[in-house]
Amino acid sequence: MTAPGSGPARPVLSVRGLRKVFGDHVALDGVDLDVHEGEVVVVLGPSGSGKSTLVRCVHQLESVDGGAAYLDGELLGYEQHRGHLRPLPEARVARQRRRMGMVFQQFNLFPHWTVLRNITEAAVKVHGQRPEEARRRAVELLERTGLADKHQAHPKQLSGGQQQRVAIARAVATDPRIMLFDEPTSALDPELVDEVLSVVRDLARTGMTMVVVTHEMDFAREVADRCVFMDRGRVVEVGTPQEVFEAPRSPRLQAFLTRFAQRQQRADAAAPAV
Amino acid sequence: MTLLSGDASMTTTHPAPDPAVQERPPDDVAAARPRFRPGRWLLGAVLLVVGAQLATFLVGNERFEWDVVGEYLFHPTVLQGLGMSVMLTVIAMVVGSALGVVLAAGQLSDFGPVRWASTLYVGVFRGIPPLVQLIFWYNLAFLVPDVSIGIPFGPTFASWSANEVITPLTAALIGLTLHEAAYMAEIVRAGILAVDPGQRDAARAMGFNGRQAFFKVVLPQAMRVIIPPTGSQFISLLKGTSLVSVIAMSDLLHSVQVIYNRTYDVIPMLVVACIWYLTVVTVLSLGQKRLERHFGRGHDRTATVAGGRRRPRLGLAGARA
Ligand SMILES: Nc1ncnc2c1ncn2[C@@H]1O[C@H](COP(=O)(O)OP(=O)(O)OP(=O)(O)O)[C@@H](O)[C@H]1O
Ligand SMILES: [Mg+2]
Repeated sequence: MTAPGSGPARPVLSVRGLRKVFGDHVALDGVDLDVHEGEVVVVLGPSGSGKSTLVRCVHQLESVDGGAAYLDGELLGYEQHRGHLRPLPEARVARQRRRMGMVFQQFNLFPHWTVLRNITEAAVKVHGQRPEEARRRAVELLERTGLADKHQAHPKQLSGGQQQRVAIARAVATDPRIMLFDEPTSALDPELVDEVLSVVRDLARTGMTMVVVTHEMDFAREVADRCVFMDRGRVVEVGTPQEVFEAPRSPRLQAFLTRFAQRQQRADAAAPAV
Repeated sequence: MTLLSGDASMTTTHPAPDPAVQERPPDDVAAARPRFRPGRWLLGAVLLVVGAQLATFLVGNERFEWDVVGEYLFHPTVLQGLGMSVMLTVIAMVVGSALGVVLAAGQLSDFGPVRWASTLYVGVFRGIPPLVQLIFWYNLAFLVPDVSIGIPFGPTFASWSANEVITPLTAALIGLTLHEAAYMAEIVRAGILAVDPGQRDAARAMGFNGRQAFFKVVLPQAMRVIIPPTGSQFISLLKGTSLVSVIAMSDLLHSVQVIYNRTYDVIPMLVVACIWYLTVVTVLSLGQKRLERHFGRGHDRTATVAGGRRRPRLGLAGARA
């Protein structure tokens, strides 16, 4: 397998034939995906289709059983050695991870640190930023996400939406090449979803390259440059939001969208008329 | 009344207020008086009687010989013994905890041999009574006459006779430390497993390497779970130092024994030992409380507000808990 093409159009992230197996369950069954500079790719799919597994494998949080992933053309997690591939030592994997930012469904902020330290610690200790510089940057990020008064709070003192905004600031603070979001709003109460999505939207406007796993269809339609539909560990359909939402080709995507539309209708019907 | 009229719209609205209720001032629970609770008064009285009896026993029974207790409480031999017990406790605890963290990490390692070795160690050293271990180490010279440093199966660089190396002090230190390490390994392991796996994911996602993720993110959060049993462990270790008196270490128990073997004041001297054990344990418990507060920070919504929870004062009356 060769590294994806170089040159000006080389994708930031490139996934080739990625396979992941849990026991005898195939979670990823040969996934291909390219994400280009400044592009926002939204990953859709039913529960259990392998969306989380995909981003976790790309981020090297999960070992991979086949295929390969490249960041800026560099093979992730493995290196060539005497004509074989061999796993990279942990320190070099950590260095590759530093070029990617990850936002989890459950926020996973560090509860024993203040909000400020959550954001600055990795920037200082891992990326070697000067403490005052990291601090200035963190304050600026918190202001941009509307949390200027929360520097000294501990994560548990914040609402879910606020925690997730801090988690996004934390990931952005280290200037990643690409941001990976795994259902950033799924653990939130409905009224908190929008405040987080608007931060993600702002980030997209700054030209950040992003992969966003989400069930928020309106958001996907609005922000995505491309939508990827996954099912049973495979990419079933890729296209612009128009193509995917208005002219789905595969029956599985059609069924998925129908289910969603029905759920939406039920939700609208249940909501009190204003 | 229209309540029974069957009008559907009426069932959702409140019935018209009872005129009698209207005449009273509006309800406000702030003005509520506590409820009288006879059970608690009775229990309180029983405890008071038991306490009074205990006090008369302690003070009235002259076999306690409180004057002898006072005389020997700060006796140099006793204080030396106390110092030895505290020193043994602190050293065994510090070294044992460090070793325990390593063993816990070993038990959780994904490298089989390390995992098996750590598990075997914990199994053996936790399973053999500490008294047996102490006597065993004390008699090590029977088993290995010489202790040497060198390359395994190769040349040796230095060698000592085991009889010189194994003094009562080293035997006590080795025995207590190794035993302690096995217990601490289990405590630390439980603490690490109690940390949400998402925390380790997030730490690694931030680019921390394995060591940083462990010491910056996982261990500080595990501490919350580790500290309470460690406090108990510290206390049982202090009490466990009394075992070393069998290998002629002059710990607190041994030093009061030395005195009562001479004066036959057995009970008062044991009271002296009890007073010191309880004093040190109390100090340790206070330290534990502080540590718990420190590592509990950020774990509940009010943790950064200074001070603790408000506790009820006497609670003879009041709401059921
Ligand atoms: N650690 C694991 N051990 C075993 N099976 C796993 C593990 N993680 C995921 N799986 C399985 O892999 C499949 C894909 O899971 P994944 O979490 O990637 O789905 P998903 O698309 O993110 O779903 P959701 O929308 O519910 O988050 C599922 O069938 C799941 O049960
Ligand atoms: Mg998922």
